[in-house]
Parts: sequence; structure tokens; C-alpha cells
Amino acid sequence: MEENVVLTARGISMTFPGVKALDNVDFTLRKGEIHALMGENGAGKSTLIKCLTGINDFEAGEIHIEGIDGPVRNHSTKDAQNVGISTVYQEVNLCPNLSVAENLFIGREPLTKIRTIDRKSYNKRSAKIMEDLGISVDVTQNLENYSLAIQQMVAIARAVDMDCKVLILDEPTSSLDDEEVEKLFTLMRKLKEKGVGIIFVTHFLEQVYKVCDRITVLRNGTYVGEYTVEELPRVKLVAAMLGKDLDDLAEIKKEQKDYTNEPMEISAKGLSHAGTIKPFDLDIHKGEVVGIGGLLGSGRSELARCIYGADKAQTGTLEISGEPVKINQPIDAMNKGVGMLPDDRKAEGIIADLSVRENIILALQAKRGMFRQLTRAQQEEIADKYIDLIKIKTPSKDTLVKQLSGGNQQKVILARWLATNADFLILDEPTRGIDVGTKSEIQKLIVKLAGEGKSVLFISSEIEEMLRTCNRMVIMRDGQKVGEIDEDLSQEGVMKAIAGGES
Amino acid sequence: MKIWNKIKSWPLLLPVVALILVMAVNIIHDAAVGDNPLSFFMISLRDTTTNGTILFGRIIDIINRGSEVAILAIGMTLVVSASAGTDISVGSVMSLCASFMCMNLAGYGVSSTTTLAKPLIVGLLAAVLMGALCGAFNGTLVSHLSIQPMVATLILYSAARAIGLLLCNDLIVYVRNPSFAFIGAFTGPIPTPILITVVCIILISVVLKKTALGMYIQSVGINAKASRIAGLNSRRLRFLAYLLCGVFASLAGIVASSRITSADSNNIGLYLEMDAILSVALGGNSLGGGKFNLAGSIIGAYTIQAITTTLYALGVSSIQAPVYKAIIVIIIVVIEAPPFKAFIRKHSAARATKGVKA
Ligand SMILES: Nc1ncnc2c1ncn2[C@@H]1O[C@H](COP(=O)(O)OP(=O)(O)OP(=O)(O)O)[C@@H](O)[C@H]1O
Ligand SMILES: [Mg+2]
Repeated sequence: MEENVVLTARGISMTFPGVKALDNVDFTLRKGEIHALMGENGAGKSTLIKCLTGINDFEAGEIHIEGIDGPVRNHSTKDAQNVGISTVYQEVNLCPNLSVAENLFIGREPLTKIRTIDRKSYNKRSAKIMEDLGISVDVTQNLENYSLAIQQMVAIARAVDMDCKVLILDEPTSSLDDEEVEKLFTLMRKLKEKGVGIIFVTHFLEQVYKVCDRITVLRNGTYVGEYTVEELPRVKLVAAMLGKDLDDLAEIKKEQKDYTNEPMEISAKGLSHAGTIKPFDLDIHKGEVVGIGGLLGSGRSELARCIYGADKAQTGTLEISGEPVKINQPIDAMNKGVGMLPDDRKAEGIIADLSVRENIILALQAKRGMFRQLTRAQQEEIADKYIDLIKIKTPSKDTLVKQLSGGNQQKVILARWLATNADFLILDEPTRGIDVGTKSEIQKLIVKLAGEGKSVLFISSEIEEMLRTCNRMVIMRDGQKVGEIDEDLSQEGVMKAIAGGES
Repeated sequence: MKIWNKIKSWPLLLPVVALILVMAVNIIHDAAVGDNPLSFFMISLRDTTTNGTILFGRIIDIINRGSEVAILAIGMTLVVSASAGTDISVGSVMSLCASFMCMNLAGYGVSSTTTLAKPLIVGLLAAVLMGALCGAFNGTLVSHLSIQPMVATLILYSAARAIGLLLCNDLIVYVRNPSFAFIGAFTGPIPTPILITVVCIILISVVLKKTALGMYIQSVGINAKASRIAGLNSRRLRFLAYLLCGVFASLAGIVASSRITSADSNNIGLYLEMDAILSVALGGNSLGGGKFNLAGSIIGAYTIQAITTTLYALGVSSIQAPVYKAIIVIIIVVIEAPPFKAFIRKHSAARATKGVKA
């Protein structure tokens, strides 16, 4: 093995029914480098990672790890950990009903002298670990009480706390805000100095240029090449991923106009939900795109959920198109023309064992009611339309949605809500995990919807994305709406308002 | 190789293989004792003094006797799918429904009658109503109070038979009336229970085909939270599954009661909940809920009945039969268990790589 190399994979091939997910792929990881693994949705990044960690059984190829003679074949994540590979998977796979501390130490609990689990010690150690990461949580609380971002940080903390030679991070930043991303990067740089090799998957190109040393690009399950970061500036990277050049993102900009005279779509007064969001007022006009800005845990999603009835509003009143409504559960809101794409794809989005077609038509069918079933032909027509429109990469309409890549699952959920043709759409992180090419398509789509007179409430941890598409932004802090910005929507302006610098 | 893969992923593989195995055992047994090896499959017409000309044969007998389990399996499939739990009260509910029906048909306190106190239809409706009531009770506990299905249905499992006895004034009520006995007897040459089962299967198939109920129930069973966000009423759907299960239990109760023209509280539907659950598992359905396969459950039900009948034919006493059934359950559960599947996968993968090297 070459000097300095901790892990090599040579000629890896792997087939799922109907899909050649990896075809003769090479990958080399050196000591103390951060190596980006890039590619479009469904390119095979997660599949390669799962081959390395023993979740997938690949058909051909060899994996070598420094210090071990002969090819290594892991059969489980436990095997992978034993050879020094620690992983954060794309979908958070912790136990929601265990405490944060239990999740951090599950499978490697510290023991007392009499061989029982030493709760005290691990609660203390957990608190320390989370504190070092700058995350304030009560480690004895169940994980499900925390947002997806915090769950993601816990998964990262768990992986990092295990001694490893290779750290794999599959889209760890997809639900993190800039601040958490910074914390993660600091951590990654520290590990890098210690000589750990890090594999980093992300769809945020600027993050690649911020921390990575080297890039390996996959396209459609094949190996495109390995480059140093200097060799491959942004434009070239995108071209390598897509196999063609991408139209410029900067074109998208929602036209700014005065919406105050447009009819009112949503008018909330004093809505609140105990423990998550304090009373707020919000007006949204027809055709308007309103963004919600705020730090992690500021109540962005909670505000949206309160309107939609995902968390039932306990105080206040809501008017939709000028008509007072009472929303007890999501279906009530849906019947009034509201839709909501939730942020947690795995827990609240996909129905894993149903097909792509069924997942796409589910909300529309729910709205029509049980007795007015869409015919098979109608279902297929709708599925085809959206598979084509937002480029869902799937072997067929009847493939189970759990067999799609993460980004493509996200597209399916988005399609579900587009198919309902709602007048008011709440999109909570709609582009999470979606590749650069399709991301701009989706942003264009949002602008187009607004042009047709639909209103959108848009939540994203990526501020630029909201700046491009929104007319107005609502600023949240500590579960409270603290203001709105409608003029001068600029990065600095919004950042400042979010941080609350001026007050 | 491709065909092999297709067969391996066929959802009905498990129940059909089990059914074929049972038939094979029968053929071998018949051949060994010197009978016609195919006597298992023989169907003939026979004249009887009580029922006229009727169909006769071991297969007919299995399909006839399997009616109750098949009907129960329909409801059980829905319950398992929607709630990742089982309704263990169905056997007792059958009995309660039968008691309530016979009480209505004979009149309260009457222990034996040949004339009906009320029109037959009233008795039948009373049974169905009682089944729906029991289903609604279970459904409320499970869906609205979030009680574990096993615990929630344990209540009626232990109480329903006693309530039935109470309704019948502690008597075994006999309703020896031909219009009632007909349900458990013959329509022309065909046993009526078979026809009733067919009607049930057709009914539920039409409902599943023409409405979105099937997708709704599976969706809730797979991911209740996501289903709620997508506009499904998870609670109401779970409730509905239990309600339907109760109704199907009442139909099975009517058939069982009519066969013996009485409401024998302590024996009607005894242990049938186990057979119904086993049918669902044997049908290739995950007891963890989610996707369901109704055809599998029904084939599973008849397979169970075939096993029972075969065991008796082999001379196993009815007291020992559960032991053999238990062995079969163990085998199925092991085959379905993820660690076993992973073991097989690893094993065949290891063999494949060895083959490449050699
Ligand atoms: N369990 C599975 N069963 C069948 N096919 C699968 C399975 N997992 C992945 N695939 C297929 O393999 C291909 C590669 O998927 P993979 O998850 O590796 O993509 P990815 O590069 O991680 O994409 P993303 O950026 O969306 O996460 C996809 O076409 C996907 O449909
Ligand atoms: Mg992936």
C-alpha cells in the first residue's frame, strides 16, 4: 500500500435489482485529509459508503485498510468499527426513544466495577461531549424531543467520540445552520491534524472548498476522477458531476412587487403552541413567497407546523382566503388548500414500504377521500409527470421509495405536495439533500408557482436560497417572531436580524 | 437464474410452499398405507339422508372447515397491518356473537327451541352488531387510548365468553331450526360456509380495489406520523381496522354456531385467534405491520386447516395437535427472522465468492 494511505477501494461494483449502483469504482483516502465524495442524487455515494462499512454486500472489488493484510470485507457496522471506520449515515439512525446519552454510548456503554452500566459516568461524559460541541441539550432527555439538526449533531458526536482512523460523514450538514456547520468544520480540522482520514459527502459546493483537500467525483455509478481542490474549481466540479455545464443559478430572482393590495391568503393572529412557539401574527398575500429566517431551534418549523395543524394551535385565530377556519389536524388544513412538506424526511415524509407512485399520490388521495380513489391510470400519469418534472431517478414508478437515494426520496415528497395543487404551500427545507442541478430547478418552480398566484412559506437553513426566491422574510428567535424584513433583503441584513445584533 | 430470483421474491412463496408440503405429506401417507396416493384430491358426489346429494372429499372438507379461520384472517390481516399488533379476542368475540344471536333467536332463558322467537335476520344482525361493538371497543382502546393491541384485546379475550354465558343465562342454547342450520350446512351440493367465505373474500376484495382503504391502512401501518402529515387520520383508520375485524369475527361466529345449531360459549372459536394470527404470518405478512397481502393470509388459513386435518388423518390426537402446530410456527418465525435471512445471505455470498475463486 502507498505511503500515507489509510483506505483504498478498487474496482467496486454493486447491483441492486434493476440498478447498477456502482460500476468499477475506485477510491483512495489518505491520512489526515478531508476527501469530498461528490455526485448527483443517485450517483452512488451512499452506496459506496455502505460498501465500505459492511451494510452493502458488493459483488466485485477489494477494500484495503492500513495495518491490515489482505482485502477487508466488513459484514456489519460493528466489523467496520473494529477496523477503525466510524460513520454518520445520511439518514439519522439513532433511537428516538432513548436519551441523548444512551444514544451516544449505545453498544459501548461504560461499565462499573460490578459490570453494570455506569449511568452516572456516561451521563457526565455525554454532557461534556455535547458541551465541547457547543450544543446545549439535556442529555437525559429522549432524543425525539430534539430537532433534526440536534439529532444530526448527536450522530456526529457519537461517531467522532469513537476512536477511528477513517471518519465517514454522509451529508452531515444537510439540516445544520451555518453556525453548526462551522462547529463541525472546526472538529473535522482537529481530527485531520490527528491524522484521521475523513470522507465528506455534501451537496453544498462552498463547503467543499472550505474544508476539503481532495475531491472524488461519481456519475451514474461510475468513477469520473480524483482531483485536488485546486485543480477543480466550482464550475468544473459541477460539470464533472453532471457531465455537462449547468445554467447559472444567479438568474433566479423573484420579481419584487407590492403585494399589499393582493387578496389575503393566510392571516394568522396570535397563534401559538405551548412549549414550541409563542403567539405570532402572520399575513401572507396571494402570490407571495415568504421566508422564515432564524437560528436552529428558533421555532422556524414550529411556526409552520402550527399553521398547518401538525401541532395544533392552542390560541389565536386563523383565516384562509378571508374565511375563519378551525384546524385540528393536517387534513383540515389540506381541505382549505394548504399543504406542508415537513423537514424530517424519514420520520414524517416517506412511507418507506410504499412505491414511488403511491408516495406521490398519497396526499392527493387523502384529500379526495377514501371512496374517490384515483384510478391506476390517473395515478401513473401523475407519477410520470413529476418523475419527469423534478427528475426523480428511479428504476420504475413501482419501485419502493426506500430503495431510492436520499435526494430522490426528498424529490418524491416534494412531488407529493406539488401534486395536491395547494393554494398555499409550506415548504420546510424542500431542497435538503438535493443536488445542485435540481436545486435551481426547484427554486425556479417555486417562483413559477407564485407567478400563478399560489403563496409559499419557505423555510431553509440556506439563506441565499430564500433570498433568491422570497419577497419577504419573517425573523424568528427563541420561539418568537421578532420581525419581518421586506425591503433590502440582503445576506447581511438577514443575518444581522437573525442574530439579533442590533437589539 | 432470473426465474429463480423471481420465484424467490414472490410474495405468496411461503404460504404456497407450506400448502404444497402439506399435500405432499398426505400423498406419501396415503401411498404408504396402501390407499390411492391421490385420494387427498378426490372429490365425489354422495347421497346423504339429511342433506341430499353433496360434494364429498378431503379437500372439500378442508375448505369447508377452514371457513371460520379464513374469515377471521381477513380482519386479522387489516389489524396487523394498521396497528402492528394482533387482535387476540376474535375467538372469544365469535362465541359472544353466537350467544347473542342464539339468545335472540330462542328468546332469553330458553335453552332449546325448534321455532324461532324472532326472524332469522334479526338474529344475524344482532350477531354482526355485537361483533361491531366488540371491534369498536378494541379499536377505541388501541387507537384513541394508545393501549398496546395485545393488552387491549386481552380484555375481551378473557371477558367475552363470560358475557356470552350471562346473555344465555348460563345455558347452552340450542336453536334446532332448519332455516338457521342451513348456514352451517349445504346449499345444493356445496357447503354453505364455503359460499359465505367466498362472499366475504369478494366483498373485501372489491372494497380494497375500489377504495383507497388498502393504501391508507398500509400507509398508517408503515409510518403513522408521516401519514398524518399527508392528511390521513391515523386513529380513525386503526379504529376502522379493529371494527372490521370484529365484524368478520361475528360472521365466523355465525357460521360456527350454525354448524352445531347452538351457542356453546366455551367451545365456539376456541383457540381460533391463534390460527388466525398464524394464517397472517404464514401468508407472508410481517407481524410488525405495514404492507399486507390478503391472498397470502387466506391461503395461509386453508393451509392451517389442511395441517390440522392432516394431523388428524395421521392419527395425531386433538390434544397433541397444538404441539405440531407450535413446531410449524417456530419454523416460520425463524425463516422470517432478519438474522436468519442475513445468515442465509452471507452464506450464499460466501459460496458465490468461493465459486469464483475455484
Ligand atoms: N436499498 C436499495 N435497493 C435498491 N436500489 C437502491 C438501494 N439503495 C440505493 N439504490 C439505488 O442505487 C443508486 C445509488 O444510490 P445512492 O443512495 O448511493 O445515491 P447517492 O449518491 O447517495 O444520492 P443522494 O445524493 O441522493 O444521497 C440509486 O439509483 C438508488 O436507486
Ligand atoms: Mg446518499
